[in-house]
Amino acid sequence: MTGMSSIVKTVTRWVSPFIFAFGIYIALTGHLTPGGGFPGGVIIAGCFILLTLAYGKETTFGLFNLESSAVTDSLAALAFLCMGFLGYVFGGGFFNNFIQSGFPGTSFRLLSGGNMPIINLAIGLKVGASLFAVFAYLALFRAIEED
Amino acid sequence: MLPLFVAIPLGVGFLLPLIEEFRDRTRLFSLFVLLETGGLLALSLIKFGDKGIYRMGGWAPPFGINFVQDGLSSLILVVISGIAFVTTLFAITYMKEYENLGKFYGLFSLMLAGMYGVALTGDIFNMYVYLEVAAISSYALVGFNRGAEEIEASFKYLIMGAVGSVFILLGIALLYGSVGSLNIADISVKVSELPDDSFIVLSTALFIVGFGLKAAFIPFHSWLPDAHSSAPTPISAMLSGVLIKVLGIYALARLLFNGLNLPGIAPSILTWIGAGSMFIGGMLALGQKDLKRLLAYSSISQMGYITLAVGMGGILIGQGKPGIATLALMGGIFHLVNHATYKSLLFLFSGSVEKIFGSRDLSEIGGLNSVSPVSGAVGTIGTLSISGVPPFNGFWSKLVIVIAAIWGKLYPLAGIILFTSAITLAYYLKVQRQLFMGKSTGNVSESVKTSAGLYIPLLILAICCIGLGLLYLPEIRGIVLKPAALALQEGSEYTKLVLGL
Amino acid sequence: MLTYLLAFILFAVGLYSVINKRNLIKIIMGVIIMEHAVNAFLILVGYRMSGEAPIVEEGVSISEFLSTAVDPLPQALVITSIVISLGVVALMVGLAIRLYQHYGTFDITEIRKLRG
Repeated sequence: MTGMSSIVKTVTRWVSPFIFAFGIYIALTGHLTPGGGFPGGVIIAGCFILLTLAYGKETTFGLFNLESSAVTDSLAALAFLCMGFLGYVFGGGFFNNFIQSGFPGTSFRLLSGGNMPIINLAIGLKVGASLFAVFAYLALFRAIEED
Repeated sequence: MLPLFVAIPLGVGFLLPLIEEFRDRTRLFSLFVLLETGGLLALSLIKFGDKGIYRMGGWAPPFGINFVQDGLSSLILVVISGIAFVTTLFAITYMKEYENLGKFYGLFSLMLAGMYGVALTGDIFNMYVYLEVAAISSYALVGFNRGAEEIEASFKYLIMGAVGSVFILLGIALLYGSVGSLNIADISVKVSELPDDSFIVLSTALFIVGFGLKAAFIPFHSWLPDAHSSAPTPISAMLSGVLIKVLGIYALARLLFNGLNLPGIAPSILTWIGAGSMFIGGMLALGQKDLKRLLAYSSISQMGYITLAVGMGGILIGQGKPGIATLALMGGIFHLVNHATYKSLLFLFSGSVEKIFGSRDLSEIGGLNSVSPVSGAVGTIGTLSISGVPPFNGFWSKLVIVIAAIWGKLYPLAGIILFTSAITLAYYLKVQRQLFMGKSTGNVSESVKTSAGLYIPLLILAICCIGLGLLYLPEIRGIVLKPAALALQEGSEYTKLVLGL
Repeated sequence: MLTYLLAFILFAVGLYSVINKRNLIKIIMGVIIMEHAVNAFLILVGYRMSGEAPIVEEGVSISEFLSTAVDPLPQALVITSIVISLGVVALMVGLAIRLYQHYGTFDITEIRKLRG
């Protein structure tokens, strides 16, 4: 039997999209409120961990398997580095905030952080993917070895 | 330009595992890493001798993170890049049969990124982060073969390294609590305003223990022989050649000399730890049968020379003898460069010996000179350099250190250095007799004997071993070694460079 | 001062566990305790009794802000060090599982293929 009782499954089905959306929200508004890429990513990973616990690994891996987590992990890291290089090209210095200068007078809005939301989103995706991969490898060590 | 040193290896480090997810192209990976290390070597040579700082994200120090390049970090950059380039050349042939090479080269690049970061950064917490990047990749690389012994060595290294990192972090926390700054230059200014703070003394002690665990000083050395002998050969060369120096003694010297203004008793502690490591490491190396373990113990001993010279420089600065202090620091840095070349040469050589004979046990193998003359000649150059025989580079750096000890009237230290040199000569003579001479035994692999990919890196390093002796000449010494020594000695210059006071 | 002392005691407990225990899992726990002790200490360094969140609002002068706000830097450092310790602990646990596969035990006195 895979997964837990139908109560847990139903509650998880209702709650997990909101957890995912909350993780994205925390990551995107990291420059305005407490939070940021790392907490957001942990919440995103928590959503997938909850799914794995409730439904078993087959269902979760159908959504997001270990290969795609490795790809997301590397791509997010490269995106983070790309922001650094774009700052080098457009802002005159590595990781300079080059978008900020284009939108003056928009304080306390999403774009007021310049390139911060993009960087936070990249960090969030990376943390989410790698934390989920860590969980999957450690919790399902034997099952993955046998595959 | 300075962030490129960190950004390029970081990018390659994440790109290679990404490519590997789609297709496994060993040649493509090798090409990438070769281009990366070659490019970084060229960059570090072009930038050699420059001075300047780079503000990350445009924030001025002491608030933002900044990269600092001065005489010492220029030299360290060249050493890291050079050894990394040669090691990559060797790894391309050596690692052919291994699986997951994308992850191997990826971790290798991340380790490089961490080491470049430690060499360049001017902020202690940033230094801690880079140190962990380099250290975590090296833990994983030590256990890369996933055999029982490799995993055991990796776990031991991981526990010791993690404890060392926690000590360093606690030291940083104490320092931040008492001076309220993380920028090394700014700390130096603030520490000179409150000289007798017990928190600063405590954090200095924590730094010595923490970086001592990373650099394998003698009471904390137990992980090093296991880790360095179990790692894949190119990684052993990187660990022994560069990692323990950059993460250990370079970072510690940078903090003690430039950040904490040499607090009281710290240089003498460093000196005696160095003397102890030198002597005990040498004695432990005498009894080893496994070639790689012998080399690993010899690394502990040689790290002792560097530590002793750096500590002696600190003592002499305290005694008001700046000229001799410069000489001692120059000797230490010279020995660091030399040890990087000949120890990576010897580790790569031990890898080719293992490929030829199928074993590293000195009692089982022998007669290398008749089996493979090129390999024998290269190995002979390496062993002669490390035991300090005159025309090779090891002799000159030991000479500088001994002269500094005698001129500084630190005669017991000079005695220990000379005695340890004799021990070093003794155990390398043992290697000479058992490995190079004698009858050829065991199954000799014919294909490896003529493989150019394994010998070209060894030949490059052997030429370096002979050529680096030239650094002893006053003209060349003045360009290469003296700025590096003065970067440590003249703390106010560093402050001026970073803060622009 | 007492709170600082408690952080140091916690640190010593972790160190004791790393040095003195024979079970791999207990050693890993010791490292985790040490890391948490240092994190707690870092937070305490930046703590201020009844301080406010370090966000500059309109109408608050810089000197007033400096006299009431909590130092935000140690918190940034702590989250970084938590991320690092997460990676280290994940690697440690992974290696411990591998060691158990190879040796069938968590006792470090029985995991001894390397000597000398």
